[in-house]
Amino acid sequence: MKIHIKNGRLIDPATQTDKPLDLFIGAGRIVGIGCAPAGFEVNSVLDASGCVVCPGLVDLSARLREPGFEYRATLESEMAAAAAGGVTRLACPPDTDPVLDEPGLVEMLTHRARLPEFAHVHPVGALTTQLEGKALTEMAELAEAGCVAFGQANRAVVDTQVLLRAMMYAATFDFPVWLQAQDPFLARKGVAHDGEVAARLGLVGIPVAAETIALATILQLARETGARVHVTRISSAAGVEMIAAARAAGIGVTCDVAIHHLHLCENDVGFFNAHARLDPPLRSTGDRDALRRALVSGAINALCSDHTPVDDDGKQTPFDEAEVGATGLELLLPLTLKWAQEMKLPLVTALARVTSDPARILGVEAGCLKVGAPADICVFDPAADYLVSREALKSQGKNTPFLGYAFPGRVRYTLIDGHLAFDGTLS
Amino acid sequence: MSVMNTGGNPQLNRHGELNHLLTIEGLPRDVLTRILDTAAPFTEVAEREVKKLPLLRGKSVFNLFFENSTRTRTTFEIAAKRLSADVINLNISTSSANKGETLLDTVDNLAAMQADMFVVRHASSGAPYLIAQHLAATDRDHIHVVNAGDGRHAHPTQGLLDMYTIRHYKKDFTQLTVAIIGDVLHSRVARSQIHALNILGVPEIRVIAPKTLLPTGVERLGVRVFNDMREGLRGVDVVMMLRLQNERMQGALLPSTQEFFKSWGLTPEKLALAKPDAIVMHPGPMNRGVEIDSAVADGKQAVILPQVTFGIAVRMAVMAMLGGN
Repeated sequence: MKIHIKNGRLIDPATQTDKPLDLFIGAGRIVGIGCAPAGFEVNSVLDASGCVVCPGLVDLSARLREPGFEYRATLESEMAAAAAGGVTRLACPPDTDPVLDEPGLVEMLTHRARLPEFAHVHPVGALTTQLEGKALTEMAELAEAGCVAFGQANRAVVDTQVLLRAMMYAATFDFPVWLQAQDPFLARKGVAHDGEVAARLGLVGIPVAAETIALATILQLARETGARVHVTRISSAAGVEMIAAARAAGIGVTCDVAIHHLHLCENDVGFFNAHARLDPPLRSTGDRDALRRALVSGAINALCSDHTPVDDDGKQTPFDEAEVGATGLELLLPLTLKWAQEMKLPLVTALARVTSDPARILGVEAGCLKVGAPADICVFDPAADYLVSREALKSQGKNTPFLGYAFPGRVRYTLIDGHLAFDGTLS
Repeated sequence: MSVMNTGGNPQLNRHGELNHLLTIEGLPRDVLTRILDTAAPFTEVAEREVKKLPLLRGKSVFNLFFENSTRTRTTFEIAAKRLSADVINLNISTSSANKGETLLDTVDNLAAMQADMFVVRHASSGAPYLIAQHLAATDRDHIHVVNAGDGRHAHPTQGLLDMYTIRHYKKDFTQLTVAIIGDVLHSRVARSQIHALNILGVPEIRVIAPKTLLPTGVERLGVRVFNDMREGLRGVDVVMMLRLQNERMQGALLPSTQEFFKSWGLTPEKLALAKPDAIVMHPGPMNRGVEIDSAVADGKQAVILPQVTFGIAVRMAVMAMLGGN
């Protein structure tokens, strides 16, 4: 299948390209940029007039809910959401049921995910068995089965000796370790940022110190072990500062932030809106503003959706009993564009945070447009609005604090390995 | 398909009138004053031979108590019965081990029994909001919700009866210094009192507690924080004690009840630092010798039993205003 994407504005953050260029695809790969290769006989032309043509988005955290939580979402529903959101590659955390701590489970997941219209899936293996923080997993075996990194999803390794050894062991193979920084004791029973809103609503707070204390431990151990650490879902200004300082001191640590924490704050809990029950909690406006700036400067390396589909029953409860998380795959692009617009950031810089930068953290050759690369491409209309509604969301999870909002950026086409996985002109 | 909770404030209807009573926060001063004014004549009903008014005749009030409470439930029951309502009491225990029916399933079932009003007590902050939002989303806004205490969030009728009591003894809110003492962190009563006092124009509201029993950023609610009780009590017109729950006395919040009493228990000696005509209030049930000395609790300045009496009138006023014929 030879495809010609014409009349588009091609943006490739990896090469800082932003100009009108056509793209030519053959046998699942990019075969020409600007001009067709010799003898190119086109089968299909995709019109990208008024659209941006960029690398497919790379999402560092999307829960597909398989195996174990199929009542919340299935691979089919969430892959449709990914394609509709222009996401062509994603990492999934290990907190499935059973958890991703055995090679067989990882192989089954990657095998199930191997359909042409499905985004590339990179499982993050469990760092400890059952995510219990007690015993190491067979990381080498898990890596062979397809794991790109090892982590704990949003569970902590309480025992610092286990954490030290897990990081040492991972460093032996140079496997990246992905950790969320949240002290489980300071976060105990907490459901919201320990600030004015929690005080007013009578919710149990999680102080910023829960993040900074865990972060101090992680950064110290990263220095000790030389492990390649990636901190997931940073939530506070103080946390960002610590990571920047560690990096300045020569520790090779990276981090990401979720779309919700980039746009929302504690006030968005409103009157106990269970959609705003997130982990880590939404923090103060000052924290949010610091996260937004740090993502501009690159102090935060990547933006992710932290996609977590939850069924209605999981949210139709009092706030403190609600399941944590929000659906996000289809919001990653619009919320990237909204942030870029508000920060007056060139698209080429903004898109780097959801394409080439996360690809680098994943350690895969992706998130760029070059001849010979797999044709994972997102074509979107930056001027068209995307209205977030239960009906529009392809994800089985309709749980998002952004329901009813309209954001810039509607995906027109998503190609995965040159396969048209989503065609927005049909809907 | 169910309709999701979107987090709006469902307390006021589209004309800005009170449709549910979920919190005191954000109530206009005139609405608050009107509730107190409405309650005034109801205090006389209790002194009549026939203690009944027909304002809720034919209406069904469901006391939905997901958390144990004898006292609050009883006062709501008496209030509803004095208004001639049919009262149905439901004590629904919710241990996390035995979840069973969801909260909204329970509500739907009771709504199907033609309920006119739910009086809700729940251990989770915000649970009555969930119910009110659900009723609104399913076009059953004619069923009124009264929050009888949700988690640490609010206990609006307690806050209102406290305001009624203060007004009864002190008349003018705008000249008062009021101190709230004890476990503010876990107290829905304190939050409702703070909002009410601010709305009614009290110029100085103090909270007095150890740092472990104060929520982060409590001063943003419009209070002055004191850790030292003697300092905080100086020149105060109204002393509002809070109940210290038994479970708080274990663990890492406080070392012992003895030490708590020594520093933050109200004794005659500490009370002497307040104005000579200061009144002492307590939402009940009291822990004598923990937060309050018996000599104070039974003393001349205590208005703790009148609070209970006024509580029935205030609850009658709220129910009559929400669902009255």
